[in-house]
Amino acid sequence: MTVARETRLLMGMPITVEIVDPVSPGVLSDAFEYFAGVDERFSLYKDDSEISALNEGRSSYSQISGEMREVLELAERTRRESNGFFEIRRPTGGLDPSGIVKGWAVRNAADLIRQSGAENFCVEAGGDIQCRGKNRHGEAWIVGIQNPLNAGEIIKRVTPEGRGVATSGTSARGQHIYNPHNPSQPIDDIVSLTVIGPDVLEADRFATAGFAMGKAGIFFIEQLDGIEGYMVEANGRATCTSGFGAFVSP
Amino acid sequence: MASPRFPTIVLSVAASAAAVFGAVSAVRAVEAGAAQGQTVQAIAGDSALVPVAAACHFHDGSYTGQVFDAYYGEVQVQANISGGCVASIEVLQYPADRRTSRRINDQALPMLQSEVLRAQSGRIDVVSGATLTSRAYIASLRNALAQAGP
Repeated sequence: MTVARETRLLMGMPITVEIVDPVSPGVLSDAFEYFAGVDERFSLYKDDSEISALNEGRSSYSQISGEMREVLELAERTRRESNGFFEIRRPTGGLDPSGIVKGWAVRNAADLIRQSGAENFCVEAGGDIQCRGKNRHGEAWIVGIQNPLNAGEIIKRVTPEGRGVATSGTSARGQHIYNPHNPSQPIDDIVSLTVIGPDVLEADRFATAGFAMGKAGIFFIEQLDGIEGYMVEANGRATCTSGFGAFVSP
Repeated sequence: MASPRFPTIVLSVAASAAAVFGAVSAVRAVEAGAAQGQTVQAIAGDSALVPVAAACHFHDGSYTGQVFDAYYGEVQVQANISGGCVASIEVLQYPADRRTSRRINDQALPMLQSEVLRAQSGRIDVVSGATLTSRAYIASLRNALAQAGP
């Protein structure tokens, strides 16, 4: 079987697209071009991106693109749904929609691939995942959840069956790294929150919002319909929502 | 193509979740290879291309990179150069703010199952982990090294 699979570094992270069905090679490159276009528009690291122009006052809200409007509206919806824990307004001023752009872009790239006629494929960008159908062996796609305290280790295998998966977190809070401005800060917080949602955009926005809540985040996820989560604490304990177990492979 | 003076180094950000943490160990791996003038390639499939000067020709001293935004806060690193080589990299700031003391009402919350982390083996097709600060980390490190010369 001809399987197209490629990884490129875009948006500051490795992005992998795998298409199991025979499609023209253009489908794969179109998907990557889509991500490159998203980066051009939303990158805070590019002076000429639309978001930089907006943040620096070089353009106004009346001039924003449809894509920017969609993302800002999604961010506002997520802010409301999370009691303000999801916030793209930075304390230093300006907007940082990065917490939602990744999942949004993966969902849209997956939709592009689907519209080309492919039914079996997987798109992954920096840990945000949208797989559809089956893998190259005709089996369900299995997503490994990485141990945030030991990057080489998988701590759960889940079969999302077409749903999206996203992980938010940082393991910068490990014992080898400390904040010199506040070295006594106890390391008792959460290091990652993985969320399974109806699609990767839903998974990403609730993973981002839930992670910002700290330990309370898993209860926030529990209360959402159709959303399940797995939270890892810095102390090496993990907590999952009541419906999460249904996705776990032994 | 990268020039010999600034060879392109694949700086692994050790499987995304590790962000700052992993990037620090990756930088050490880069240093180890850089001393021999080699291109270092660590964990495949999860790396970021960072052109940095590979030889030990920086100016000695401590150089603080710019602060970069990393979704949950800001990342800033300091590169310490000794004998012309990168001796250590310290993380001065990492995302720790925006953890407000607000709590959702935790009355009537369900009991959720908790467990100790355990490694799982078996087939996987794709990995989910976090990549929050790698880009900001690398940007700050790059800025610090730019100040250090060569």
